[in-house]
Amino acid sequence: MRISSGKIEGYILILMTLPLMVLGGALAFYGKEGALVFHGGLIALVTSYAIISIFRKMSEPAQNIPLEYNDGVIRAAVIMTGIWGFIGFFVGSVIAWQLAFPDLNIDLPWTNFARVRPVHTTSVIFGFGANALIATSFYIVQRTSRARLAGRFTPWMVLWGWNLFVILGVSGYPFGITQGREYAEPEWYADLIALFVWVAYLWVFLATLSRRAERHIYVANWYFLAFLIAFAMLHTFNNLAIPISLEYAKSYSLFSGVKDAMTQWWYGHNAVGFFLTASFVGMLYYFLPKAAGRPIYSYRLGIIGFWGLVFLYMWVGSHHLHYTALPDWVQVLGMSMSVILLIPSWAVVFNGFFTLNGAWHKLRVDPALRFMALAVCFYAISTLEGVFMAMKPVNALSHYTDWTIGHVHAGALGWVAFITFGSMYKLVPWVWHREGTYSKRLEAWHFWLALSGVLIYVGAMWNSGITQSLMWQTYNPDGQFAFAFIDTVDAMHPYYIARAFGGTLYLIGFCLGAYNLWLTIHPRTPIQMPDQQELKPLPTVNLNKATVKSPMSVKATETPTGPAE
Amino acid sequence: MSKLHQMIERNSLVMVLMITIVASIGGIIEIAPLFTIENTIEKVEGMRPYTPLELAGRDIYVREGCYACHSQMIRTLKTDVDRYGHYSLAAESMYDHPFQWGSKRTGPDLARVGLKYSDDWHVAHMKEPRRFVEGSIMPGYAFLADNDLDLDRAPLSLKALRMAGDPYTDKMIAEAKQDILRQADPELEGEDDLEERYGEKVQIRDFDGQPKRVTEMDAIVAYLQMLGTLIDPKQVSDKIRAEEAAKSKALKGESQ
Repeated sequence: MRISSGKIEGYILILMTLPLMVLGGALAFYGKEGALVFHGGLIALVTSYAIISIFRKMSEPAQNIPLEYNDGVIRAAVIMTGIWGFIGFFVGSVIAWQLAFPDLNIDLPWTNFARVRPVHTTSVIFGFGANALIATSFYIVQRTSRARLAGRFTPWMVLWGWNLFVILGVSGYPFGITQGREYAEPEWYADLIALFVWVAYLWVFLATLSRRAERHIYVANWYFLAFLIAFAMLHTFNNLAIPISLEYAKSYSLFSGVKDAMTQWWYGHNAVGFFLTASFVGMLYYFLPKAAGRPIYSYRLGIIGFWGLVFLYMWVGSHHLHYTALPDWVQVLGMSMSVILLIPSWAVVFNGFFTLNGAWHKLRVDPALRFMALAVCFYAISTLEGVFMAMKPVNALSHYTDWTIGHVHAGALGWVAFITFGSMYKLVPWVWHREGTYSKRLEAWHFWLALSGVLIYVGAMWNSGITQSLMWQTYNPDGQFAFAFIDTVDAMHPYYIARAFGGTLYLIGFCLGAYNLWLTIHPRTPIQMPDQQELKPLPTVNLNKATVKSPMSVKATETPTGPAE
Repeated sequence: MSKLHQMIERNSLVMVLMITIVASIGGIIEIAPLFTIENTIEKVEGMRPYTPLELAGRDIYVREGCYACHSQMIRTLKTDVDRYGHYSLAAESMYDHPFQWGSKRTGPDLARVGLKYSDDWHVAHMKEPRRFVEGSIMPGYAFLADNDLDLDRAPLSLKALRMAGDPYTDKMIAEAKQDILRQADPELEGEDDLEERYGEKVQIRDFDGQPKRVTEMDAIVAYLQMLGTLIDPKQVSDKIRAEEAAKSKALKGESQ
């Protein structure tokens, strides 16, 4: 891959964006629902802005592209991670309080729990999670390949395109635009945009890898590749739907009943498996060894863990459908594979822990590393817990209860978000060229608030889930149920308050973290630049000259000399 | 092994190919058969596609996100069956695009809620859940009774569902709007037409207590009141069990 002015890339992007622009215009023109018209207009606006700016940039005279890593898009992704993180955690806390005190629903269409809940899930998974992944994967793939990110426009299209998708999602739910599929709620037109973005993301990643100056692809990138490929498959098949017209946002799933359930949970569990696990393991495999200053413990465990995870995750979705109308053989198969899945999961866990050997003392002084170590702990706990919950007898107790919610949040708050926080505390100083974060003490406060928050949350949910399930199953001696359903709801009240309290602690911790990083980026006092030398603009290369060189020599000159890695 | 892997990890395209293959296996083995094996969904008498009014109600159910708190899937467990009725059969959700089995019971299961409560109870409960069920944490849905139902959507919905494989006829699509009115307004003529198209179990009445209007409340109550009422699951499962017993008997006979 040569350095290019991006002419071909630009035209391809414009060609791919044009249909989306037309689609947006059509939705805005024909739409009968206010929210749909807004969505159409937004799509048309964003895509036309993208097309115009690509044209403008392309028509500028061939300029010198600095020979350095492309960190601008990473910085933007970090900011978006913070914004979506706040929205996601804030809305999560609000709906947790709604469950504890139902009057908080206010009974307006757009404030009721069930319409707002997907705002929470989408914001944290596809807003906070995905932006963190875009930031870290773009960082990691450049450093471990020693190559500048491929594409002049595409990385930006990936970032803003994806955020457009998330905005379309969360702004639609309060107005009733949803597919009614958990974790795949955005309607068909948003899904099309997501697919377009995803293909672009995969291209950026592969093109960057193809210009790498290292022979081997680093293990973190394997996981990102798996995440990119698997999610493309999952997203495409699970969102096959027939729109009723351009006037309404509504579409109907192509599948129905049992088949739809299986497809949805094949997607649903692998959104967890690949979106919230594989990719974050990639983050772990770079940031943990960097922060600990230790090499990864085992290459072999890395290989076993990776292929085991890629192979096994796709089988286990059916454990969400135990004792349902899904054929029994699929349930048993899903259960069995869920048990085996512990092996690759814990291969990662052991690799993480053993990598920390020799660096455990750093946990005392480095809250970021503490976040990462605890993330591995929570990963270990929730994967083990997941095995149990996937077994039919345990599932008979846990399914339909808050235990599932507790399990998900042990994974999401404890594993996914902790590894993200730990990585962000390292990444932000690196990409903004700071010596460290603004305050280690604030980092530590964030850590302890977040940890107490998760423990209270998960503890409350374990208790409420098991309590409620046992109450549902309690019979009087005469064979009647001891508790009416509403009795079991009453019993949840204290736990729901505890959960909302834990979630609020977590939110406060997050705000401290965001404040800390904001001050890291925008220090109140001008920072001393100890290494002015390094921050001088790096040598540039003239495009026209660079492209005539042989690929090998281009690669060599292209290898940035940025911050030492 | 490590030599082989060195080859994979040095070539991104080989890696992509390997990941694609390895990750596809599980889905193909578990999902593809569901589409080809005939007995995934047993054939059941009485199942029919939703009437336009019920479908509109179902769309509202999906729109409001009811599945976040209510399941529609009674599991094959004694405690489930004792509390909610006969376990759900695959056929009962065969016209559900998307399925709404749910994953959480913050509120009770609704798979067989139809005709358990009166229309008035449903309407009043939706408007003010805590007036009737002390301690309920359900949000109120009074606004459904104020919103007129959008009739224009009905034919479009039916057409889309036909493309997805549901047996809606041209007549059903053409009459969709009128059928909504027929079902929600008993004074309108044409009840027989409606029954002819959707069977005798179609419930025809004013559901929301506002006879002059067809509101979203009409639709959602019509939907809730038909849930689980179309088939007699006990009869069906007995029949299946008898067939299977006969089959295994025949097999034993052959082997002797």
